[in-house]
Amino acid sequence: MENLLVLIPVALGLGLVGLIAFLWAMKSGQFDDLDGAAHRILFDDDDQPQRKV
Amino acid sequence: MTSSSCRHCGGPLPDGCDDGFCCRGCEGAFALVEGLGLEQYYSRRSVDPAARPLRPDDDAARIHDFSAHVVMDANGGASLNLMVEGLHCGACVWLIESLLNRQPGVTWARVNMTTRRLVLRWRAGETEPGAILAPVLAVGYRAVPFDPERLGDQTQRQEKELLRAMAIAGFAAGNVMLLSVSVWAGHFSYMGPATRDLMHWISALIVLPAVAWCVRPFARSAAAAIRSGRTNMDVPITVGVILASLMSLWETVNSGHYAYFDSAITLLFFLLIGRYLDSRARGRARSAVEHLLALDAGAVTVVEDDGTQRLLPPHKVAAGARVLVAAGERIGVDGVIVDGSSDVDTSLLTGESVPAQVAAGARVFAGTINLSAPLRLEVAAVGERTLLAEIVRMMEAAEQGRARYVALADRISRWYAPVVHVAALATFAGWTLTGGAPWQVALLYAVAVLIITCPCALALAVPVVQVIASGRLLRQGILVKSATALERFAETDRVVFDKTGTLTLGRPELVEDGGWTADDLALAASLALASRHPLARALAAAAPMARLADGVTEHPGLGLEVADTGLRLGSRKFLGIDDDTAAGPELWLAGSARPPVRFAFTDGLRADAAQVVADLKAMGIAVELLSGDRPATVAAVAGQLGIAEWRAACSPAGKCARLAELAAAGARVLMIGDGLNDAPALASAHVSMSPSSAVDVSQTAADVVFQGARLAPVLETLAVARKSRILVKENFMLALGYNIFTVPLAVAGLVTPLIAAIAMSTSSLVVIGNALRLSRRSG
Repeated sequence: MENLLVLIPVALGLGLVGLIAFLWAMKSGQFDDLDGAAHRILFDDDDQPQRKV
Repeated sequence: MTSSSCRHCGGPLPDGCDDGFCCRGCEGAFALVEGLGLEQYYSRRSVDPAARPLRPDDDAARIHDFSAHVVMDANGGASLNLMVEGLHCGACVWLIESLLNRQPGVTWARVNMTTRRLVLRWRAGETEPGAILAPVLAVGYRAVPFDPERLGDQTQRQEKELLRAMAIAGFAAGNVMLLSVSVWAGHFSYMGPATRDLMHWISALIVLPAVAWCVRPFARSAAAAIRSGRTNMDVPITVGVILASLMSLWETVNSGHYAYFDSAITLLFFLLIGRYLDSRARGRARSAVEHLLALDAGAVTVVEDDGTQRLLPPHKVAAGARVLVAAGERIGVDGVIVDGSSDVDTSLLTGESVPAQVAAGARVFAGTINLSAPLRLEVAAVGERTLLAEIVRMMEAAEQGRARYVALADRISRWYAPVVHVAALATFAGWTLTGGAPWQVALLYAVAVLIITCPCALALAVPVVQVIASGRLLRQGILVKSATALERFAETDRVVFDKTGTLTLGRPELVEDGGWTADDLALAASLALASRHPLARALAAAAPMARLADGVTEHPGLGLEVADTGLRLGSRKFLGIDDDTAAGPELWLAGSARPPVRFAFTDGLRADAAQVVADLKAMGIAVELLSGDRPATVAAVAGQLGIAEWRAACSPAGKCARLAELAAAGARVLMIGDGLNDAPALASAHVSMSPSSAVDVSQTAADVVFQGARLAPVLETLAVARKSRILVKENFMLALGYNIFTVPLAVAGLVTPLIAAIAMSTSSLVVIGNALRLSRRSG
């Protein structure tokens, strides 16, 4: 039963890390533009588009 | 790109174009994009047929006062928030950002594709916002500044709070469930009391703060309901969750067998999911409407005494001020014409489809459009005394008069919430008084009753259906603004249409009656390009490859003339023709050596108007037409569509009166209209709908706004509304049925936290699964 004393805090700690990561992501605007982010990854040259020769 | 569509905007090519462009504007835009080396855009994009085609129009130069919205910061930077119209896909975002990033002085340009908003930052003093945005406008997008403080901030904050609460509840529920499953398993094996208590204590540690945080949205609404002497679904939720948490804490302290921590937090988690989805679906529809309105909002050009011009929002203009209205601009104030003569399109105000001629001394009203020549106005009335304000007042009166509609869920919770409380109280009283149980045990049973009856499934029954229904409609460009709109839609038994702009497209189209040749058209269009009169523009639209002729002058209210050749395009009077056999909107073309040619126009019906009217009749819904236009025009349209009941020359008050009459006779009327004159009627109808081309007041008054040139959204909304009413009723049946089965168990004290958790989850899943059937199109 002693392993519970380790495993429960570990499980809770990992969960908390996830929760904090989510709250941070929300606060920093990661979820503000889901549609745009999905498309943006297709354009790897956003700022300096290559010129065709 | 196939050869039959325009290389720039992707629209269909008119006959006789061989260079791959549908109009001059597109050709110029293509050259601009290609010149900057951004032509990859064309291979990357996918054209969205529902979005506005990327065709630069003459309105691109519409005056927008960017300076009023520019925010300066301490380091010499300036920023601007804009709404962008015309986004089709990710490639559009890329193109706009690339165009902007190439402008000197720009430090940041980012388009949010979800909200279609653009944030632009640049070094102040190096450049002007107008210059930065010029290429974007030239390519065919429209950008309008807005104030981010004012738009949708409230809803967004609320949504974020719900999402945060949902994340916390989800975290707590997941972890507590982990512990609870061990405890439940422990009941059947050899878990010692010490371990069980430890599990309960850890659960308490997680759940109590989580509940304290997550119950707030419900507690607020419950408190508001109780203060106003009502009760709603949130009252038993709040009471149940708080009691369950405290009771479980008590049990934990006394090392009891059962704790309901998991039930309390899971209940909150499920309910928050419902709330969040609900607010998000509604928030998206509302922000889409705000987007449309912001694109349409205009400023008024005020001429000061010293001759300088200033742009002001209409509500800041004082009576007596001089205002300049450019040709093609919407008039923002009521006023008297001081100088100039022109044609004014009053269709949004009166439903009249033919523009009225005005000259100095005439009164013009806010909401009308100045067509052919600049006008100088003296502002006659502002604020409360404008015609617009009068219409808004009429609308507000109508809204108050409309019996406050109570949503189905509220009607049910009106009797359900007291029943829940009484059942829990009776359980408590029964066990203490007659059952002889100690009060702690009785309270535990009472809490079990509250949790079991707590309307997890019941509270999800309506929101889930609503979310799926409005999401399905949103994808088709139908924006459901009001929470109860779908319920009211489902009850509709009569549809009242406005004519101009609703059944018709609200803009004239050239009739191919054989009275003119392609040469006549090309020649006429070369003159018509100089004017903003709707008939001239319709003519120009019919010949998109025409080039503007040299030396065209416009005679406001009369027509166009090329002085050198004596060629004239305009009204019958202007050309001196006394043939008055034909009626309706028309233009004549004649020159010194050319016999007069007549171009007739008609305000085209929406392509599927007749089909929609026929389908409505087939559904057993009565159809009626109320218009402010002249009887002859209305009769023609009614005849064409097979509408037997129609009234012409209706004033806004007349329309309201007719709707009141119908309502008194017990009809549930769906009003569909777009003009200012329809706004009061929209507000007084049982449920209302307006196209996105409508004036802002009407869009605000309407419950549902639909986009696009077709009328089919009316049928689609009706179908979805009826289907969702059935699903909502089924869901209530399922939720109540499950309660009938489990409540006796709870009253008898037989429910353990395990049974509560299973019952709660399964009933919620059944309800959600049932609602999901709506997302299937054929379903």
